[in-house]
Amino acid sequence: MSDTQSTSRGEVWIAALSGNAPSLSGYPRSVQVTDIEMGGRPARLIAVVPDADSAFPRARNGEVGLLEGWSLARAVHEAIDADREASVKRAIIAIVDTPSQAYGRREEAFGIHQALAGAAAAYATARLQGHPVIALLVGKAMSGAFLAHGYQANRILALADPGVLVHAMGKEAAARITLRSVEDLEAFAATVPPMAYDIDSYATLGMLWRTIPVQHTATPDAEDLAAVSDALEEALADIDADPHRDLRGRFAGENRGATRRVRAALASQWQG
Amino acid sequence: MSRTALLSRESFVELGARARAQVLLDAGSSRELAGPFDRLTSPWLERQGVVPQGDDGVVVAKGTIDGHSSVVLAIEGAFQGGSLGEVGGAKIAGALELAAEDNRQGIPTRAVILFETGGVRLQEANLGLATIAEIHSAIVDLRRYQPVIGVIAGQVGCFGGMSIAAGLCSDLVVTREARLGLNGPAVIEQEAGIGEYDSRDRPFIWGFTGGEQRIATGQADRFVDDDSAVIRGVVAELIATPARSAYRSERYAEYLRRLAEYDARHQPTPETVRQIFGDKS
Repeated sequence: MSDTQSTSRGEVWIAALSGNAPSLSGYPRSVQVTDIEMGGRPARLIAVVPDADSAFPRARNGEVGLLEGWSLARAVHEAIDADREASVKRAIIAIVDTPSQAYGRREEAFGIHQALAGAAAAYATARLQGHPVIALLVGKAMSGAFLAHGYQANRILALADPGVLVHAMGKEAAARITLRSVEDLEAFAATVPPMAYDIDSYATLGMLWRTIPVQHTATPDAEDLAAVSDALEEALADIDADPHRDLRGRFAGENRGATRRVRAALASQWQG
Repeated sequence: MSRTALLSRESFVELGARARAQVLLDAGSSRELAGPFDRLTSPWLERQGVVPQGDDGVVVAKGTIDGHSSVVLAIEGAFQGGSLGEVGGAKIAGALELAAEDNRQGIPTRAVILFETGGVRLQEANLGLATIAEIHSAIVDLRRYQPVIGVIAGQVGCFGGMSIAAGLCSDLVVTREARLGLNGPAVIEQEAGIGEYDSRDRPFIWGFTGGEQRIATGQADRFVDDDSAVIRGVVAELIATPARSAYRSERYAEYLRRLAEYDARHQPTPETVRQIFGDKS
């Protein structure tokens, strides 16, 4: 277990990429928003980070809860509004290190699903309106939290590191819900790529644009920072050169053949 | 409701996904796309000891509703709890994208999504999650042109990443049987303990996440009886209206302001939520 006093990966990377620029005021402490220059254009960095003092006890460890979901929506919509007349729309970069959405009574009562819809819609709208949107996975990218913060990006990049993982549910809960043991679940994860928790298996599904090798994921040095900055700038150039603002670049993975077959069938049958 | 009225109405909740789609589409207009004869079954279930189903639990039916070009996406709650895997998810996302493309070509195709789902199919975990992100993207794209109507009839309800999809719809129709929430009750109990959330306490669960509460707190738009003719009428009315210019999912300023009124030191009751989120006009 990591020390709860230590700085989260999300905090470390947003500080590193922004040269320790202060986060915009007016947001909850758990949502850090920083405006920088990247590759000669404005960019907004957004990270969800732990707040041990949050009034919401189920959202103190970096989970995306009610305040986080709606605040992400705000951070993105304010960028969209500010750039409405701009010829170059600022890049929006989601730095992803979220253990999960918040699981709690308060959250369901006040419609956490709608807060997360607010965030997902904001990122999707930014992308559709021409903002380059990038997700940079530096830690966990779990389930509803990732849907709200990162999964609507034009390009998804991940640090090549065992601590970076994408999944729909933690192992214990997933085992209970599917009425299997954790051991069974782990056995399936080893042979069924979409069940696996590691980033290399995830890469075979096709959603990742690139993985970035770094030496010190939790405490990046100048070389690590340069590698990530270069990759982000290359992603921006790749988005600029892409006439499409949708997610079609995700369907080519070796383990997404069924997706391609479904889409081909729909397209050929659509006009009666 | 009188006994005669109860006997004459047809329950929508009791219908399967295919029959629900038929109820909504004009008689004789419906065609199923990527259906059971296209052999598009899940490539992941058999090796985990689960028997796949020919339609993977999702029906894509294209036709007209009161003459308007429409596609109905009906999730079958009886297959694997309405969970979305790679194939079923790709059917919904792909059909919504084709409907958006229709609109860009001048054909005003609308969409109706019949939610009956626990969210991601955990046996296809990361591909279920990916297709749900693609569904979110496609709803946000299509709703700019034409309404995307969500219906939660029951009895599975609408949970997980698909509850976010419901939160993106232009309008959301619910029954008394409906439940809408991000996390399923059993998962919250597992993660947070029975003191936080008792998954077996039905009045507690419906009190917070049931259709009646979601309507009273502005998280859904239309409350309907479990009656096929009534639901068809409401859906037909909603899809015939122009696309919205503003959505619930964009109201961050209002939601943040209202949440600031809630003292989070205390667990809320359903009444707390009605006071803070209810209509104050």
